[in-house]
Amino acid sequence: MRYLPALAATAFALALWQAVVTLTGLPRFILPGPVPVAEAWWQNRAVIAEHTMITAIEVLIGLALGSMLGFVTAIQLATSRVARVLVQPMLVFTQALPVFALAPILTLWLGYGLWSKIAMAVLIIYFPVTSSFFDGLMRTPRGFLDLAQTMQAKKRAILWHIRVPAALPSLASGLRLAAVYAPIGAVIGEWVGASKGLGYLMLLANGRAKTDLMFAAMLTLGVFSVLLHLAVRLATKRMAGERR
Amino acid sequence: MTPAPGITLEGRATIDGDLLFAPLTLSMAAGKWTCLLGGSGVGKSTVLRLIAGLATGAEFDGRIAATDGAEVIPRVGYMAQDDLLLPWATVTQNVALGARLRGERPDEARLSGLLERVRLADHADKKPDELSGGQRQRVALARTLMEDKPIILLDEPFSALDARTRADMQDLAVELLAGRTVLLVTHDPGEAARLGHSIVVMTQMGLTDCAPPAQKPPRRVDDLETLATQGALLRLLREEAA
Ligand SMILES: Nc1ncnc2c1ncn2[C@@H]1O[C@H](COP(=O)(O)OP(=O)(O)O)[C@@H](O)[C@H]1O
Ligand SMILES: [Mg+2]
Repeated sequence: MRYLPALAATAFALALWQAVVTLTGLPRFILPGPVPVAEAWWQNRAVIAEHTMITAIEVLIGLALGSMLGFVTAIQLATSRVARVLVQPMLVFTQALPVFALAPILTLWLGYGLWSKIAMAVLIIYFPVTSSFFDGLMRTPRGFLDLAQTMQAKKRAILWHIRVPAALPSLASGLRLAAVYAPIGAVIGEWVGASKGLGYLMLLANGRAKTDLMFAAMLTLGVFSVLLHLAVRLATKRMAGERR
Repeated sequence: MTPAPGITLEGRATIDGDLLFAPLTLSMAAGKWTCLLGGSGVGKSTVLRLIAGLATGAEFDGRIAATDGAEVIPRVGYMAQDDLLLPWATVTQNVALGARLRGERPDEARLSGLLERVRLADHADKKPDELSGGQRQRVALARTLMEDKPIILLDEPFSALDARTRADMQDLAVELLAGRTVLLVTHDPGEAARLGHSIVVMTQMGLTDCAPPAQKPPRRVDDLETLATQGALLRLLREEAA
């Protein structure tokens, strides 16, 4: 069975969690065990589903926009020397900043709604997508370019028929990273200011000492992220040049 | 195809100020195979890439000209040891690559005719990783022929193949490239002896012309004179290296 390892790992993690709770004897509002968390999840399933939906929308839109933006930027960087000189250092600089620090400003600019969270997700995935794809575009096998040159190829045609397809596996690894980062971005946005979403629900539950609900929301986010990552992995299989 | 011209390369090359090859003259007869034979690192690929107008690590000081006075570079077709097939494209798409890269429509009839001639018609829709090494080089040959250039530069295209496939490939290349001016760079004395209308040995000292066997290429693999030439070429390579 291919799912056996995943099931075993889950069972092991749950057992470990229960063991820590039992051995330390910590009260429920500090560290709830798996059973109360499961109960809280079931009792609040409608609320959790509603907030998950919001976060999922933010993440998916952010993922789509950030990926497109990264794709276009990488192409620009790879085809224009001027763009490389002007934009590349800026890109690295923005990456050196803690993006979290921008979250309050984004809320100020874009308001409390979806867009500040989407923007946060875009910001956080933009760099991994851009830089993976750009690296791939700059590593086209020399021989392909030589061959194209002897065929009097047009620059545009070399880009779309050789450089881009040769860089697709790199783009795929960028997108897979993005799938992991995007939910983090959205949740950070929700923490700073929101009235909806799993991040908001976690803060709310925490503030009311409903630690079990907090854990239930957090685990839901975790499961969502893992599923998203798997989906993106599957979707990029051909792109990455992997056999089914 | 436009008529095949002869080509002359005259000059010297340096890498970071160090001499790669001293002033030399390499002449290729129009419509014939010239085999440039030499050990690795003497600068064979550099010579070939200079003629093709490709980047080399060397600084070339000299001239490259065709006997008809027209430009050389746009008339060059190129094949390397690596078949350079795009792994994501089918055999057909790979053969039609040149047209696609120039934004032209490939000539479908010519394309399928060429696939017949390299005996790959049944594999037209396969990807390169579904083919053997010999089949892949035949795709590369078809791609080169599709370009229909009068000057063909071959950089050890057969050296990764097993002995039998290599001999088959050599026969096929001679047949299909007939009438074009071919420069074959190789480190294999046997290959030079089988294929060259003229044979030039390249060493640090420069170029040495060697008499080719009397038989017409592709010479029989067991032709005694060809075998003797192979031996003589190998001896020359070993002496020069010492
Ligand atoms: N791009 C490059 N930059 C610097 N040196 C190079 C480059 N390409 C080849 N060389 C050097 O030039 C010499 C000749 O190379 P090459 O023409 O490839 O030889 P051959 O094809 O005969 O094996 C070698 O010593 C090699 O290290
Ligand atoms: Mg070489």
